[in-house]
Amino acid sequence: MEIIPLGDSALILRVRERFDDAPEQTLDTVLRALQQLQSAAIPGVIELAPAYTSIAVFFDPIVVAKATETPGDLFDRSVERIRAAVAAGADRGKRRRPARPGVRVVEIPVCYDPEFALDIDDVARRANMSPSEVIRLHSASEYRVACIGFVPGFPFLAGLPKELATPRRDVPRKQIPPGSVGIGGAQTGIYPLRSPGGWNLIGRTPLCLFDPEKNPPTLLRAGERVRFRKITRDEFATFAEAMVAGESSKR
Amino acid sequence: MSLIVERAGFFTSVQDLGRTGFRQFGVSLGGALDCFGLRVANLLVGNDEGATGLEITAGGLQLRFEDESVVAWCGGEFDVQIVSTPLPAGHAAHVHAGERLKFGRPQIGCRCWLAVSGGIDVAVVLGSRSTDLRAQFGGFEGRKLRDGDVLPLAPCPGSLAPVTDISSCTAPHDWVSPAKTKPILRFIRGVDWRRFNASTLQRLTSEPFAVSPDSDRMGVRLDGPELKRGDQSDLISEAVAPGTIQVPPSGKPILLLGDCQTIGGYPKIAHVITVDLGIAAQLRAGDHVRFSEVSLTDAHRFLMEREREFNRFRIGISLQST
Repeated sequence: MEIIPLGDSALILRVRERFDDAPEQTLDTVLRALQQLQSAAIPGVIELAPAYTSIAVFFDPIVVAKATETPGDLFDRSVERIRAAVAAGADRGKRRRPARPGVRVVEIPVCYDPEFALDIDDVARRANMSPSEVIRLHSASEYRVACIGFVPGFPFLAGLPKELATPRRDVPRKQIPPGSVGIGGAQTGIYPLRSPGGWNLIGRTPLCLFDPEKNPPTLLRAGERVRFRKITRDEFATFAEAMVAGESSKR
Repeated sequence: MSLIVERAGFFTSVQDLGRTGFRQFGVSLGGALDCFGLRVANLLVGNDEGATGLEITAGGLQLRFEDESVVAWCGGEFDVQIVSTPLPAGHAAHVHAGERLKFGRPQIGCRCWLAVSGGIDVAVVLGSRSTDLRAQFGGFEGRKLRDGDVLPLAPCPGSLAPVTDISSCTAPHDWVSPAKTKPILRFIRGVDWRRFNASTLQRLTSEPFAVSPDSDRMGVRLDGPELKRGDQSDLISEAVAPGTIQVPPSGKPILLLGDCQTIGGYPKIAHVITVDLGIAAQLRAGDHVRFSEVSLTDAHRFLMEREREFNRFRIGISLQST
């Protein structure tokens, strides 16, 4: 475990150096540390942001300084408290093995219709298989949210079958419609908002991944498991209509 | 109570001190790029320091007040007028009903923050009234202001601050006018400092960098000496923050500002210290900026000192209004 300053008001707690060699174990370790830090409620800590191998701890140096009576370097003091909080969690983890933080599995309906799957032929060609084989593989796997970022609610999903790994497009698209499901390198993900992007698009979900009117505002969070369920173009339309109706009945 | 945007100017948005608590969902901090400047302006008009104001980029804004208000602004060197009377930075002033407040083009710097008594009364979304311009929510309709917008104002907490037409009371010059013709930003070593070789690290502090025109609220792009990295291994994405200086493969560094993404995969060579973010927010195309290293302990000391002075200033203001 390594703790490095990220400027004067944040630090990065890195639990492992690598991710790809053991994504499951890494995410479990990150999640456990995250839970420990949350429950430790360290004075002055504003928020925690996990990503792959690390957790960023954002703090208010003024509150941290006020909250600690012992003299000494402010960063060192924060590091001590963080280490103590995470170590307490690691001990507990050992006691009740197998230590798996409770993880939700979210099923996401995806329509792989050619209308939405603009780049599925490229993915298929590279993988030396048919587009329907790509769909079968993509929707048969279980993924895990390694991180939320890039734009609000964008899940970077680990667990893409190796055959489907496809480099990002040379020229990114200027506008990608919300709900688009893409493949970028060894990861798959979903664009929550209309945004530019370079991932290869293979489908679209009618679900809303980011809604600032809700709290939490995202459908997914780091560490959660995801499965894609193939739906038809008609089902997509029905879903989308139901969502719109649900929205308007709320208002 | 409302404020009429007769001319929205080049780029004006509703901002407060930013949106915290949602980075884990990919939501940027946002908020005034110089939070300290907005806090000072708010105190000057008798607001809570975190009240919602306007961030004005490159001027051109013209507002008409429907009701009597107190205003103050901090930031770059702008020509600001109430009707035809100049209003310098860091002075509170009365604007009478029907009067106009105008912001000209800045001589130095590029942004300023306007506080209006009561604050801009837009809805709180995810804990903040700031505009998230990329995700298009919060602030005023999730967008920059347009000509003709009508901004609701919250009623003043007490009676209007007892200022004459233009108050003589002001805050320290560095607080209200942080823009510099020869800006120097102090930094602490970045998370990935050791991935750069000695000559690159030396270049960071020995040569000036030119601010590129494609800079925005997300970040300041810098031209100048290329900061090539010795080790080309791919990094795993992790958090970045306003003040982070990241170096993409081009070797041209990007200094991240308040609207930056929550995570990034480029190496982080350095982090500009919090007390200098107000200077960073003033960088405009063609400016030349230099960097100078300080220790983390010093960065914290500067911040504590400024906060102590700010608290004295706050007490001074509150004594004045009683």
